[in-house]
Amino acid sequence: MIKGMSIVTVWVLDQDRAKEFYTEKLGFEVRTDMTIGGDGEGGGGMRWLTVGAKDQPDVQLTLMVPSSPGLDPESAEALRTLVAKGVLGAGVFTTDDIHRDYEALKAKGVEFVQEPQERPYGTEALFRDDSGNWFSFTQPREEMDFSKPWDGCASS
Amino acid sequence: MDRDWAEPLDLDAVAAHACYSRYHFIRAFKGAYGSTPGQYLTRRRIERAEELLRSANLSVTEICSLVGFSSLGTFSTSFKRQTGLTPSAYRDLYVGRAAAVIPGCYAMLWYGGRDARAPGSKDRNSQEAE
Repeated sequence: MIKGMSIVTVWVLDQDRAKEFYTEKLGFEVRTDMTIGGDGEGGGGMRWLTVGAKDQPDVQLTLMVPSSPGLDPESAEALRTLVAKGVLGAGVFTTDDIHRDYEALKAKGVEFVQEPQERPYGTEALFRDDSGNWFSFTQPREEMDFSKPWDGCASS
Repeated sequence: MDRDWAEPLDLDAVAAHACYSRYHFIRAFKGAYGSTPGQYLTRRRIERAEELLRSANLSVTEICSLVGFSSLGTFSTSFKRQTGLTPSAYRDLYVGRAAAVIPGCYAMLWYGGRDARAPGSKDRNSQEAE
């Protein structure tokens, strides 16, 4: 029986920068940051960097860079290109107050692709991380409301 | 060599890269580092193995091949010579002190110990994906 999701992979372009973004801007906590192999800083070792939301101890994101010896150069380049291009969606974050958090994150300089919009399933904004990954940022509804549009811009 | 430490050592290629004959390369290397290229590489590989044993959730056999040894026996012998412990004993020493926190599958993915690509992924597109 599968009990749930514990680790989600997010491909980032730079782990130092991503760590700063996910902790300082999104308010996540660092769960693990350790390097094995290589010669210390930038020495080709494997840096295992995971972050998670404070209220969700059993789920963490592993921020991986596509530059490991185990990844062929072509694939690594393709991944970096797609991430930087901003076409990879990496998931949905939830909140209990989308308008408050939207303002707070925006004030911190987080790039929003879409401001909060009413949807059947909740109120949803879209933002990018520092690498280009886009995330849905949603305050879910208790019950579906089909009077709301599935997409497009509800002019406010 | 420091970069491709898990690959089989091709001394001729390394020597050629340094513009030395094989024989002179080994002598010069030993003069500079105090050990032959082969010994040096083994030492580096064992250091990697120590780290993986301490911190990755992988079996001794998996680690053996990840760091570039083709024989488990040779790996164990070299490991013991360098650390004074067998790989399993070494890991037991650390169990409970620092829990293995890196899932083995990610270490494998990182070091290329397993082909993470789906079979036939080269010529598969999204329409054919089951």
